[in-house]
Amino acid sequence: MSAPLLQVEDLHVWFEQVARPDLHAVQGVDFELNQGDRLGLVGESGCGKTTAVLALMGLLPPNASVAGRILFRGEDLLAGGEETARSHRWTDVAMVFQGAMNAFNPVRRIVEQITEPMELHGQAEGKAAKQRAGELLELVGISAQQGDRYPHEFSGGMRQRAAIAMALACDPKVLLADEPTTALDVMIQAQVLQLLVELTTELGLALVLVTHDLPVVAQVCTRAAVMYAGRIAEAGPMEVLFHTPRHPYTRLLFAATPDLYGEEAVLSIPGAPPRLDQDIIGCPFAPRCDVSFEECRVITPRMLSVGNDHLASCHLNDSSVRTA
Amino acid sequence: MSGTPPTALNEQAVPVEAAIAETPQVGLLHSPAIRKPATIIGIAILGLFLLVAIFAPLLEPYDPNAKTGAVFAPPSPAHWLGTDDSGADMLSLVIAGSRVSLIVGFAAALVAMVIGGAVGLFSGFYGGKIDGLLMRITDYFLVIPDIPLMIVIAALFGRRLGNIIIIIGIIYWTSTARLIRAQVKSVRERTYVRRGRAIGAKNSRLIWRHVLPQVGPLLIANTVLTVALAIFAETYITFLGLGDPSLISWGKLIENAFRGDAILNQAWWAIVPPGVCVTLVILACTMLGQSMEDALNPRLRVGHLSVRRFRLRTLEER
Amino acid sequence: MSVPERGSTDQEDPQAPLLEVRDLVTYYPISRGIVGALARRPKLAAHAVEGVSFTVAEGEMLALVGESGCGKTTTAETAMRLIEPTSGTIRFRGRNITKLAPSQMRPLRRRMQIIYQDPYDSLDPRFRVRQTVEEPLLVHQLGSSSERRDRVARAMERAGLAPADLFLERYPHELSGGQRQRVAIAAALVLEPELLVADEPVSMLDVSVRAGILSLLDGLRRTGLGILMITHDLSTASHFADRIAVMYLGRIVEQGLAHDVVQDPQHPYTKALISVVPKRDPRDRTEPQILTGETPNPVRVPSGCRFHPRCPAAFDRCPRDDPVELLPAGEDGHGAACWLLSDRPHLAHRGA
Repeated sequence: MSAPLLQVEDLHVWFEQVARPDLHAVQGVDFELNQGDRLGLVGESGCGKTTAVLALMGLLPPNASVAGRILFRGEDLLAGGEETARSHRWTDVAMVFQGAMNAFNPVRRIVEQITEPMELHGQAEGKAAKQRAGELLELVGISAQQGDRYPHEFSGGMRQRAAIAMALACDPKVLLADEPTTALDVMIQAQVLQLLVELTTELGLALVLVTHDLPVVAQVCTRAAVMYAGRIAEAGPMEVLFHTPRHPYTRLLFAATPDLYGEEAVLSIPGAPPRLDQDIIGCPFAPRCDVSFEECRVITPRMLSVGNDHLASCHLNDSSVRTA
Repeated sequence: MSGTPPTALNEQAVPVEAAIAETPQVGLLHSPAIRKPATIIGIAILGLFLLVAIFAPLLEPYDPNAKTGAVFAPPSPAHWLGTDDSGADMLSLVIAGSRVSLIVGFAAALVAMVIGGAVGLFSGFYGGKIDGLLMRITDYFLVIPDIPLMIVIAALFGRRLGNIIIIIGIIYWTSTARLIRAQVKSVRERTYVRRGRAIGAKNSRLIWRHVLPQVGPLLIANTVLTVALAIFAETYITFLGLGDPSLISWGKLIENAFRGDAILNQAWWAIVPPGVCVTLVILACTMLGQSMEDALNPRLRVGHLSVRRFRLRTLEER
Repeated sequence: MSVPERGSTDQEDPQAPLLEVRDLVTYYPISRGIVGALARRPKLAAHAVEGVSFTVAEGEMLALVGESGCGKTTTAETAMRLIEPTSGTIRFRGRNITKLAPSQMRPLRRRMQIIYQDPYDSLDPRFRVRQTVEEPLLVHQLGSSSERRDRVARAMERAGLAPADLFLERYPHELSGGQRQRVAIAAALVLEPELLVADEPVSMLDVSVRAGILSLLDGLRRTGLGILMITHDLSTASHFADRIAVMYLGRIVEQGLAHDVVQDPQHPYTKALISVVPKRDPRDRTEPQILTGETPNPVRVPSGCRFHPRCPAAFDRCPRDDPVELLPAGEDGHGAACWLLSDRPHLAHRGA
């Protein structure tokens, strides 16, 4: 088996806060990405998923500090600080940001904004760059002539696709998409998701899809990692997560998501996520868990393998913890 | 899940007293901008001058109107800032002048705030024809050249303190009106205002209880900036000879020095001190006003432009 | 379908449904500007709502479902007379309120309330919870100070903010999104309305919190409140609403019991919409029927059936004739505005 494209080991991110302790936004995240993978990073607001992918790009704000290893084809992106991160940014790992459709420069043509990264990274210039930009636009379903338009002349869905074209400008191997369809109508969302799947199969891209929307992940991704309070609660193939979850949060999250045809009642999860600027003792989900027991509040659960490529951090899987 | 619907209390695992503050506390006084050096320096300088103005008669070493020394005497232990063209003590004159300058500055800014605030408020809230009419009026006032206007009013109505205050107020209300109008338009579309209208609240209530409190701090910040402009305006109005001849102000001092050939006599102490005072007060107001506006406008964050990105940390550091 | 004449439209009719909207039309005129007027450009308008009819009964939740720009929010706000209708009738308990003056509308506003989408903007950040919930009572000058205190406490408990004391003195920034939405609901309930309009009440809340708010609304419905819910999420609508009306470009294209619309959609748009809604189960890979293009601009509405340019089943009649909605016969009826159905009357008038 070839080496993984992207390997994240024990990633931690802290944010300095004014007059408060550091916010521990990402608390030891590990995952792996191979070529052609579509990995979903799922969780609710504040779970750290956006911070984690920003760390992959090295795009954290100045008040952030990072620990851990991010290996792209074996090379540590973090070790060299900004210089190393920049050399891989966009050429190897590219990102479609949350609200990317609103992040276009309104006074420059779309095609210019796609050629810009190419020129910056010395990959193409002038006519060749425009040619390639046209090809990218066609790839995402926009005719090349439209590239001469300005962002305000595009609809929201088209802009989102143009943002994807922009991310592909330097032929990256990994595409990170942060809530790419959140503000879009369900029909346009379907178009964009279909596009993302096609890109991974046609271009051999690896995709990390960050979202709070479980059904989207269920339809698009092959594997997913469910995050809670800065940690991964459970990770594994999509079908396994849905049919045999091994972490209560995963199970409850699915139960809280209404399904179109489902007849079961939709649940809500009482309580709220813990504060991340205080030390958490025991399992972070314990206060809200419906099957927690004494040890949960005291001992931090270990990430254990519970099946083929299936990991979960819950004491229920840990026979050494449970009392009879 | 059981039959009783989960209540909001269940939604909060942490006691409400230690509630998660998801969005930072709004408002001026809680913003970190308040602690910036610019704010503190601004407040300090302004405070100092305010105290000087209030206690002026007690602080003046000599009667500012009396001849207590030689004409254009240089600074000496007896006269720290020397004397002017009529032999009066410069230090006393500067201290005395602070009163008029600051009064005019604050009063004129207040006039501008009231007119500009009202115009902006009604224009922004009601929109439509009222907005169109008020904005056209604002445009006319913007276009009027200020110095000819001052000359005309001074000529027609006399050079009194009250008139100066009104003139300055009339010139400077327009930018306040524009700013407040934009802010009111945006507040009017906030969900809680729309909700208020849906409940059936009258416009007067919406303005008084929801819009004005939201716009108030910005208005105050803008007024502080207007004070700077007003003091400067007073200075050059008086310098041009349009000021009240019976009152001492910093502008008057500079005017006198000019008229009395201070430059010819190389009497820098007659011109520089009032000028420095005006500069300091304007600087203080600007620093204070701008940091207040920054505090109220959190979108001006420019952290992403910083060169340094993130910091690496080894795990043992935690 | 004609509306039977009622005796006097100034009085209420106990037999009438809570809210009845007929042929509602709302246009937003688009300014031509001076240049446009001089150049005699045609006066344009955005046809936000173009002939919408529905009813909401007591104790019933109707979901208006559609994508952005379909006119669902405009429809709801027009029904509450927060926006002026261009034409059509709105009846509240049988009384025609379409043209009432603001002073006549004010007492009615107590009986219909609205909850907005954004819980983070719904509450004045300077008001404590107590003040927010009390404000409607002050606006309508109801009750003495102690009566207001009681009503506030009761409304908060109805909204799930119990014990009320814990929340009364809080500021919005101290509350979570779900709690803020409950405060907005309490402020709506304090006037004891009969009709509640909920505009995307949970779309800005975390998934784990949504069901709590929706169950709350469901519970209120059981106590007799009529609820008009606007949402883009078909899954939420199918779980919590009694009836669903699907809107496209200012028209209702399909209407019926939630179960019927979702299990047996009749209109091609509804079918396409259902097919693209992502399902929870990864094994459920139904082939999505993704429509090409995007919803056209409401200023330039296509001729004939407004859906025909994107409809996979359009035929020659569709660009010519505009299908009037085949209204459901009776409360449980299920109808769709589509020429494909006109030849099959048994489908158009299904139900009691």
